[in-house]
Amino acid sequence: MSAAYEDRLRAFVGREIHPLRPGQDPVNVPMIRHWVEAMEDDNPIHLDEEAARATGRDGVVAPASMAQAWVMRGYAATTAAEGGGGPADELTDLLAEGGYTSVVATDSEFEFHRELVPGDHVAVREVVESISPEKATALGTGRFITSLRTYHDQDGEVVAVQRWRLLRFRPKAKPQEPEERSEADAAERPEERASRPQPAINRDNAFWFEAAREHRLLIQRCAACRTLRHPPGPCCPECGSFEWDTVRASGDAHVYSFVVNHHPRHPAFDYPLIVAVVELAEGTRLITNLVGVSPEEVEIDMPVVLDWVDADPELSLPVFRPVAQEGH
Amino acid sequence: MNVASPLSGAAAIAGIGATEFSKDSGRSELQLACEAVLAAVADAGLQPSDVDGLVTFTADTNSEIHVARNTGIGELTFFSRVGYGGGAACGTLQQAAMAVATGAAEVVVCYRAFNERSGERYGLGQAERPMDTSADRAAYAWMTPYGLSTPAQWVAMFARRYMHEYGATSEDFGRVAVVDRRHAAVNPAAWFYGRPITLEEHQASRWIAEPLHLLDCCQETDGGQALVVVSAERARDLAHPPAVIRAAAQGSGADQHMMTSYYRPSISGIPEMGLVGRQLYRQSGLGPDDIDAAILYDHFTPLVLPQLEELGFCGTGEAKDFIADGHLERGGRLPFNTHGGQLGEAYLHGMNGVAEAVRLVRGTSVNQPDDVRNVIVTAGTGVPTSGLVLGADG
Repeated sequence: MSAAYEDRLRAFVGREIHPLRPGQDPVNVPMIRHWVEAMEDDNPIHLDEEAARATGRDGVVAPASMAQAWVMRGYAATTAAEGGGGPADELTDLLAEGGYTSVVATDSEFEFHRELVPGDHVAVREVVESISPEKATALGTGRFITSLRTYHDQDGEVVAVQRWRLLRFRPKAKPQEPEERSEADAAERPEERASRPQPAINRDNAFWFEAAREHRLLIQRCAACRTLRHPPGPCCPECGSFEWDTVRASGDAHVYSFVVNHHPRHPAFDYPLIVAVVELAEGTRLITNLVGVSPEEVEIDMPVVLDWVDADPELSLPVFRPVAQEGH
Repeated sequence: MNVASPLSGAAAIAGIGATEFSKDSGRSELQLACEAVLAAVADAGLQPSDVDGLVTFTADTNSEIHVARNTGIGELTFFSRVGYGGGAACGTLQQAAMAVATGAAEVVVCYRAFNERSGERYGLGQAERPMDTSADRAAYAWMTPYGLSTPAQWVAMFARRYMHEYGATSEDFGRVAVVDRRHAAVNPAAWFYGRPITLEEHQASRWIAEPLHLLDCCQETDGGQALVVVSAERARDLAHPPAVIRAAAQGSGADQHMMTSYYRPSISGIPEMGLVGRQLYRQSGLGPDDIDAAILYDHFTPLVLPQLEELGFCGTGEAKDFIADGHLERGGRLPFNTHGGQLGEAYLHGMNGVAEAVRLVRGTSVNQPDDVRNVIVTAGTGVPTSGLVLGADG
């Protein structure tokens, strides 16, 4: 990707791509009725005035999750050509130019400031918050576009804020033989595969997982006494220093111990599943998976080398395979 | 007796009480806790109003105040919790003994109650537990994304390395299960009452996490267990012969993790248990040769072997021979888990084992060996842990 293209993308960050635009209709009971029936939401505060007043409200309120529904443009607008040439279309065109022609919504986080009642008229504006570098994801290579949508009422007061995230990506060709599923290609097809258990990320371990997303295996190193340590932590047990940096592991290791898991099964994995503790050439140990080897072939002390699994768009993990199969 | 610690002999376990051990109790965890506490208080010949201290696990859902309010225990002058899962078991008794020895409380009940089988099952692992950014939670980031998320799997990693270093086999682990189940088979309170197993059945049971078979893994249980601690002096006036707390200790090793201390120079021992053992012997003035029976934590068979080594009953790497020679049997050198252990009786996070040690001292175990004076008890392995030596009075 050229630097010029990156610059053109970056120019969208912070830009308003949808100016404040009111919904087609005010908040109204018939639409609320459709919604709660479809959602099987039997909370009486949405349709029963008396029940709503019994909760201390002035009357019925719309379901909070309808916020987005009040500003949708309707079926006709979604099937018509985008046209208009506004900044949102410009961004879509620019991403298509980069080959990112497919789209999937990945996140929607809402903050609700007040409940909407019939008669309210909601408007929304949208600002691009960030555009990620190109990421290798399970769906294909793409970029995450994060925007902030602010919902206002007829008086201009903010009623809700939504952080909205899309993945714009280049679709992958479908694999041919669904029967032959290795762990690697199963991970490339998340529609058939549950996510791996997600790591809890905090200030002490985030650097490691961020580097892993870029396929770099790091080892934390004390900046004062240079001792390597894993799992990482804020303080050096050897000298007490809180200063640290990292070194990149060579990727050479040997099996220190291993387990072959059969039960219980987690839907993210194929079983039997090999989990190993490997000792890196640098001397620290790491829990990992062994790939490209069958359980009966694994032996303690067996030399292995680093490989990577892109488990999902946000999680890449170091795994190890036998040295003999390097480059296969 | 050369007693080196003011804790040794100061307190005694005067009462024990439990619910039935089941797979579906059909009642709340709080009810199980209350039933166990009341049973233990009654066993001691005391009233709930006599109780002024309560100790349980941080893992327990039944707060001291709820237990006290429901059972008619009034004011509490001492309440405390011990962390690290099953590692807390003997630690709760240590808390109680210290409270009694210092006068912080006079009658302390230690309890643990859960619906661990019908409710939240630990055996299902940590893969899908709620996320937060605490150091404890973040520690799982190094294992669950790889599918290493259950206690059986964590133990299997130690077991494989132990086998590699000492030539132990799956059959060596299986012999532990066979002894447990043999003892459980004659214990009417045991889940596996009347159901002993053979080594062949152990070997034929399905894999859970190689090298662990199903029969290397303890059961999951609904139930409650409580124990009453008072001063040794007061215990002499109560209903049963006192089980004197000769020693009580906790231990957390260097570079300690929860169930996954895989980063130490060697992972074939249990240094935190060695630390507990050294304290137990120093406090009590006893040595391994003075111990007449052992209740060793057996959530998974492989970690019984290094416990025998860390506690000095045999040399490093020799536990497999010690077991194969029959020393853990009722008539052996070190009768072991005479209630059937957690594999055979119930998984009560080790607290049912403390109760069995009390019965051994009282002489009322269903598998009572001859001449038991001192019993060693251990708590959870692979975690910061604890231990006890209980002895007969006098």
